[in-house]
Amino acid sequence: MAKRKLKRVDLIFSQDCSCKDILTAALKKSREEIIQELIDSGLKGRGGAGFPTGLKWKMAAAEKGNRKYVICNADEGEPGTFKDREILDRVALKVLGGMALCAYVIDAREGYIYLRYEYRFLIPKLEKMIETFHKWMDEFDLDFRVKLFIGGGAYVCGEETSLIESMEGKRGEPRNKPPYPTNQGYLGKPTVVNNVETLVYTMMIMRIGAEEFKAMGIEGSSGSKLFSVSGDTHKAGIYEIEMGMTLEDFVKEFGDGDTKAVQVGGASGFCVPRKRFKETTIGFQGGLKGFSLPTGGSMMIFNSSRSMYNVLHNYLEFFEEESCGQCTPCRVGCQQLLKGIEAIKRGEKSHRYLNDLMRLSETMKLTAKCGLGQSVANSFASIVENFREEMIY
Amino acid sequence: MTVKMINLTIDGKKIGVPEGTTLLEAAKLEKVKIPTLCYHDDLCIAGNCRVCVVEVEGWRVLPAACATPAMEGMVVYTNSPLVRRARRDILALLVSEHSTQCTTCYRSTNCELQELAAEYNIDNEIYINLIKDKHFTIDRTSWAIEKDETKCIRCQRCVRTCAELQKVNALDVIHKGANMKIATFFDTVMSEVVCTNCGQCINRCPTGALTERRYIDEIWDALGDPEKHVIVQTAPAVRVALGEVLGFEPGVRVTGKMAAALKHLGFDSVLDTDFAADLTIMEEGHELLDRLKRKLVDKEDVSLPLMTSCSPGWIKFIEHMYPDHLGHLSTCKSPQQMFGAIAKTYYAERKGLDPKNIVNVSVMPCSAKKYEANRIEMNDSGFQDVDLVCTTRELGHMIRQSGVDFKEIPEAKFDPFMGDSTGAAVIFGATGGVMEAALRTAYEVVTGREVPFDGLNITPVRGMDGIREAKVKLENVLPEWSFLEGVELRVAIAHGLTNATQIMDDVAIGNSPYHFIEIMACPGGCIGGGGQPIPTNAEIRRKRAEAIYTEDEKMVIRKSHQNPEVIQLYKEFLGKPLGEKSHHLLHTKYVRRERV
Repeated sequence: MAKRKLKRVDLIFSQDCSCKDILTAALKKSREEIIQELIDSGLKGRGGAGFPTGLKWKMAAAEKGNRKYVICNADEGEPGTFKDREILDRVALKVLGGMALCAYVIDAREGYIYLRYEYRFLIPKLEKMIETFHKWMDEFDLDFRVKLFIGGGAYVCGEETSLIESMEGKRGEPRNKPPYPTNQGYLGKPTVVNNVETLVYTMMIMRIGAEEFKAMGIEGSSGSKLFSVSGDTHKAGIYEIEMGMTLEDFVKEFGDGDTKAVQVGGASGFCVPRKRFKETTIGFQGGLKGFSLPTGGSMMIFNSSRSMYNVLHNYLEFFEEESCGQCTPCRVGCQQLLKGIEAIKRGEKSHRYLNDLMRLSETMKLTAKCGLGQSVANSFASIVENFREEMIY
Repeated sequence: MTVKMINLTIDGKKIGVPEGTTLLEAAKLEKVKIPTLCYHDDLCIAGNCRVCVVEVEGWRVLPAACATPAMEGMVVYTNSPLVRRARRDILALLVSEHSTQCTTCYRSTNCELQELAAEYNIDNEIYINLIKDKHFTIDRTSWAIEKDETKCIRCQRCVRTCAELQKVNALDVIHKGANMKIATFFDTVMSEVVCTNCGQCINRCPTGALTERRYIDEIWDALGDPEKHVIVQTAPAVRVALGEVLGFEPGVRVTGKMAAALKHLGFDSVLDTDFAADLTIMEEGHELLDRLKRKLVDKEDVSLPLMTSCSPGWIKFIEHMYPDHLGHLSTCKSPQQMFGAIAKTYYAERKGLDPKNIVNVSVMPCSAKKYEANRIEMNDSGFQDVDLVCTTRELGHMIRQSGVDFKEIPEAKFDPFMGDSTGAAVIFGATGGVMEAALRTAYEVVTGREVPFDGLNITPVRGMDGIREAKVKLENVLPEWSFLEGVELRVAIAHGLTNATQIMDDVAIGNSPYHFIEIMACPGGCIGGGGQPIPTNAEIRRKRAEAIYTEDEKMVIRKSHQNPEVIQLYKEFLGKPLGEKSHHLLHTKYVRRERV
């Protein structure tokens, strides 16, 4: 079962190994060996969606063609997430190393770091790192170059196909899928888009091996993960913790003793009320009993002084503005959810209107074009279900 | 190469479709209609309205049928409870963002949103009305196109039309989230942007967000004014499409009924733009021969190829996009404007009318004609040459308002005196038609013989390929044209401005192998014009074009230079083609424009 005590891990920020050494060893392996190792490790994307990384690389590697791309998604925009900034600030070479691994595996010659516009203070540092990195590439005789691409500032560009559209100079709007980026991505070429943290873990798996990585965490959610802890806590910050912890253990460690709810996964994630802490584990859905919630790392803690109506209102305002506006369910749905809870609060609509809105959020989950619109229902439904009275009175 | 077949189940029925078929297409093969809004036959897939969602067994979400390829073993439900519920919700959301003043909407009863909302029985009260709080505007600055943000459902068909078919990009998406909308560059008014007024966006708008600026009331006012002598001219493409808004199938010719209905509406004279089309051929054909002579004999530096100037959308496009190459344009006015200028001079004189009391109304398949009529230089008669322009659709409205039973009305003929025309003029309405008409005349002028094509049908210039070309060798020419002996006349035709740019890019670098090029702004030529009945698609345009060529074959006279009224006009008034009077009344100049 999923019960484990919280266990701190120190992989991502550890300085006890040289990236260069890891790469030297890894690049002696065959492509297939690296892919197999990643698959064996059970590593899943750390941006929040949790797609198996080894599989993604395998799909891109299987594509024919002489131009492929590796893109590091550093458009960290989920409310309550601030881990990628820290990674790029402190261990950028590990990220670049991960990109080199991927480039080697899928046979790409160009890579991009899609950097969130607000993180542009990192540019000078990153450029210096990239310079060092390019020297290594020459030494390894690996034909791979990385460039920085500065994002335009839209939340939706964290979604990989919007990110690619944005890089192509178009409006940052999601594409229809299929085709997926591993098949037709940047400039129509096979492309791997990985989160900053995911890329670091590919390097760490090369260092410690799939076995040791898999020994951490739980079935379906192996390894460790960075968590951005914020809200009503006296220990806000970034922590690397083994996957599979229960919220009860988490709150015991980080809560202020009066925790009412935890928002797991940011505005697009789930709100868990206190009564569910015990049965809720953190990991990717699948193979687990009880609730298993995925997260890009955002853990927002709310104590009893907080109005969950205000929390939801804040999220919906965010979505109403950050929807790209392309598809109907998301563009209009977000406005209706926001206006709807306001109308109920003001007494202009009956509390039964919450049921209509719940159904609407379900429709959004089923029909929106991309993950943004689909996941609005996560926070909406979990907050309304658990704090219905706060929505009405 | 054999196409791989994909096996799937749709609504319980196992079918096989070629690889790459979308679920929407697969369902269509099975005669199952999946509702759509952002989908259009002429445009790329957007997948943004989400009305066409379907349920696929084992899928976490409901994919959009228009954007999802059929995959092996898929089990698809197009009308499950989940699908119906989702579609209803999506339609209700669209309605909540839409001005539902259907009773006063120009597109009422021809609106895709209205139709679906009725089909799905949408309750207008479910969701909160969103447009009250938004600062939406109705842009009525353009002579040709009205843009009403309160009716836009953001399907982006107009954006795709403007980009893909026309390469103009006057309309695009701005802002995001709740503020996302369709707008011009920097949200400038429509009259100040690169818009060519072609109206293709109107033809593809599912609602009343984009419509032509309407002149119905002004026309009724003129008709009701006893002081005024109101003349109406009708363009060739109108007669093969008007029926569609009055209960006929696409491709039915209603020339006689239209003439009868116009008389019933009270026009003092029901005349034909076709007359002016024949006139255009006389002028433009001679302009071509003149340029060839100046180039080959006088060794002058004249601009060749010569390009047609009948399509006002194309004219504004070249003025914006290729302002350095306006010399290639024929200086001939379009038939509409030639007609206007002649009507307020020659016609007025012969009929003993004061031209200031003449109101020239034209019925056009086109929205850009509204703009053209209002160009400041179009007043060579001493007055605005053409006063009011209405589209095929507006005429349909007027006929309905008049109470005429269009289906039953006995056919009538155009009035004499600028009502005569030839088959050459009728085919102006289809892409390639101007070229064919010009060749029929120019070849005969030069050689004294008919064009060497069976039954005068110059088939290589016909059809719906985006760009077509043809060659005609001039042999045994008449003595005065001896410099053309053995010359192989090379011509090209393009329709749709995206195709026009392909030709123009060669012209711009001096690399074009042609002597004469016909360009029409709209796909299919005027029969697919921005003022034509909605909906439009390749099949409908093909039927209208067929009707045009049938109309041509039924005409007794099929060559412009044999139009007796045109011959008379030159004899009594103009003198000769490219003469001084022609130059003054029938030719024009162009304006360099900015690209934004």
